Amino acid sequence: MAQIVIASDLGSGRVVFLAKGEKADEVAWRGLIENAEVADDEARANELLALAEADANARHEVVDPYLIDVREEGGVLRPTKYREAIRCLGPTIRQDLGKQAEGAEA
Amino acid sequence: MYRYDEHDHALVQDRVAQFRRQVERRMKGEITEDQFRPLRLMNGLYLQLHAYMLRVAIPYGTLDSRQMRKLAHIARRYDKGYGHFTTRQNLQYNWPKLEETPDILAELAEVEMHAIQTSGNCIRNVTSDQYAGAAKGEVEDPRVWCEIARQWSTLHPEFSFLPRKFKIAITGCEDDRAAVKVHDIGMIMKRGRAGEVGFEVIVGGGLGRTPFVGKAIRDFLPKEDFLSYLEAILRVYNQLGRRDNKYKARIKVTLHETGQEEFTRLVEEEWAEIKDSTLKLPKEEVDRIAKHFEPPAFRSLAEASPATDARAAADPAFAAWMRHNVHEHKAAGYAIANISLKPMGEAPGDATAEQMDVMADLADEFSFSELRVTHAQNIVLPHVEQDRLPELFDRLLEAELASANLGLLSDIICCPGLDYCALANARSIPIATQLTERFTPEKQEEVGDLQIKISGCINACGHHHVGHIGILGVDRKGEEHYQVQIGGSASEEAALGKILGRGFSADQVVDVVDKIIETYLELREDGEEFIETYRRVGQDPFKERVYGTA
Repeated sequence: MAQIVIASDLGSGRVVFLAKGEKADEVAWRGLIENAEVADDEARANELLALAEADANARHEVVDPYLIDVREEGGVLRPTKYREAIRCLGPTIRQDLGKQAEGAEA
Repeated sequence: MYRYDEHDHALVQDRVAQFRRQVERRMKGEITEDQFRPLRLMNGLYLQLHAYMLRVAIPYGTLDSRQMRKLAHIARRYDKGYGHFTTRQNLQYNWPKLEETPDILAELAEVEMHAIQTSGNCIRNVTSDQYAGAAKGEVEDPRVWCEIARQWSTLHPEFSFLPRKFKIAITGCEDDRAAVKVHDIGMIMKRGRAGEVGFEVIVGGGLGRTPFVGKAIRDFLPKEDFLSYLEAILRVYNQLGRRDNKYKARIKVTLHETGQEEFTRLVEEEWAEIKDSTLKLPKEEVDRIAKHFEPPAFRSLAEASPATDARAAADPAFAAWMRHNVHEHKAAGYAIANISLKPMGEAPGDATAEQMDVMADLADEFSFSELRVTHAQNIVLPHVEQDRLPELFDRLLEAELASANLGLLSDIICCPGLDYCALANARSIPIATQLTERFTPEKQEEVGDLQIKISGCINACGHHHVGHIGILGVDRKGEEHYQVQIGGSASEEAALGKILGRGFSADQVVDVVDKIIETYLELREDGEEFIETYRRVGQDPFKERVYGTA
């Protein structure tokens, strides 16, 4: 199962995803799931999580990073569990709120 | 209403300044999240699914118009234009930013509000009857004692690190609108043999994964011993409460494992040591607090209002609102008006900033600037002249706040569930909105008093255990699934519901509730409410209809 790292932005609390940084040895946190770096096996997933935790402790930009399962559907990454799907979109009863309402600005 | 003295102001402002510095240190990376988490939680700031959530205390559910306007302003300026009124008479903002939270707390302090002790293993906001000071038949206004408990418990050094969170509710009426029997401590004001006023003390109630109805450990406690007895209970709990297992750490488990008789003996023993200490409340101090809760200057009015009666006779919508949302007041010519926050298809308990402003304006115009928050997630204007009820109703209609459904099946208590909450296993709000959309106002009227309560996880913030129909969301093999139980009640005849049987998928729940209601309508005898029919016939007929088996 493919996995990505999800976390909360420290300042805003918004959901962010671990992505590649500008340099090879850097990581970055992005608001859109399509920018997330995908681990295709467990070893890589654990590497990503270790990078995320180290970055959270070093730069204090994010809180509580953890791995979630994803699959690609029609070229779009989607969490497999409904909890994470809601987290990645926003409240299902208020589609004007959360990431689903943020669009390209996320 | 209670107004802060210099000590209250200093305490709250000091706390804002402390938290501002703590946030700055966290943002700079000078403290870790593990170090910061308990600090933010002590100030009511959680990190939820999509964002931070700030829980603001509304002491015993009482606030005035300037405080409601401030809540509206904060919703507009710092959040996304709305807030969520909770089952503990608090308000939650779902989208505040960490770096702006100290500013929010500073704004709250301007109107004598805060978020202290809305989280953590401490004594939480003391809750009460939303009709306190207005209800006919009330022994005395319980908010005097809620305020005394608030002052005693705020930053109390001995009780800031309890085994688990601790919730107290106090009512001054026989009719329990504060669910006192499902609190860690519930107190009911009553008269003693000589007519003196005191409290019945109930301990060890609670919901969550191990629900209990509380046990009365003292039939009558004199007023002067109020604090010493509370302290004795808390001391016994603090000593015996389990810190090895958070699921067994609430006082309900302590009392259950210790046994009611032994627990009571220990409390009485502790109390004997401290009852004549400085905790014995001097009458002058009680009187000083009580002055803040003196009734407003009611006008001398006739008991009835012919004009309001005439409008009700001519206008069925107004008549329905009068029937369900208006409650008898202790002062002649006055009424208690409930504003339902349960419109069809909307999240129970949510109010927009604009609605908060409207409710503040209406409080100023109709109710001596006073408002109340109910544990059923509605708002109350406690002192409205009966003659002015038609005018108030028209204003509520304009603001889309005139849902005439208090106590009906669409007046659902519902936690935020998985739409917002990091602890939830399933969504609860969509189930509530589907139910309100399924049953027409006419059908609800036919069904009558029916309390549906929905929780998105076993922590039971939606009080499902004490719903006439309770719905609990669970995760079953990665799917949202719902258990249904019936027969619960949060009233003075408190009872825990019983699970009907195997659970249901999200798209089955509304049909199941429909079947339960149809069974009730077929079985009920003249004038019988749902809970009365259930108590008479038991669970089997409902089970048979829902599952096709007895």
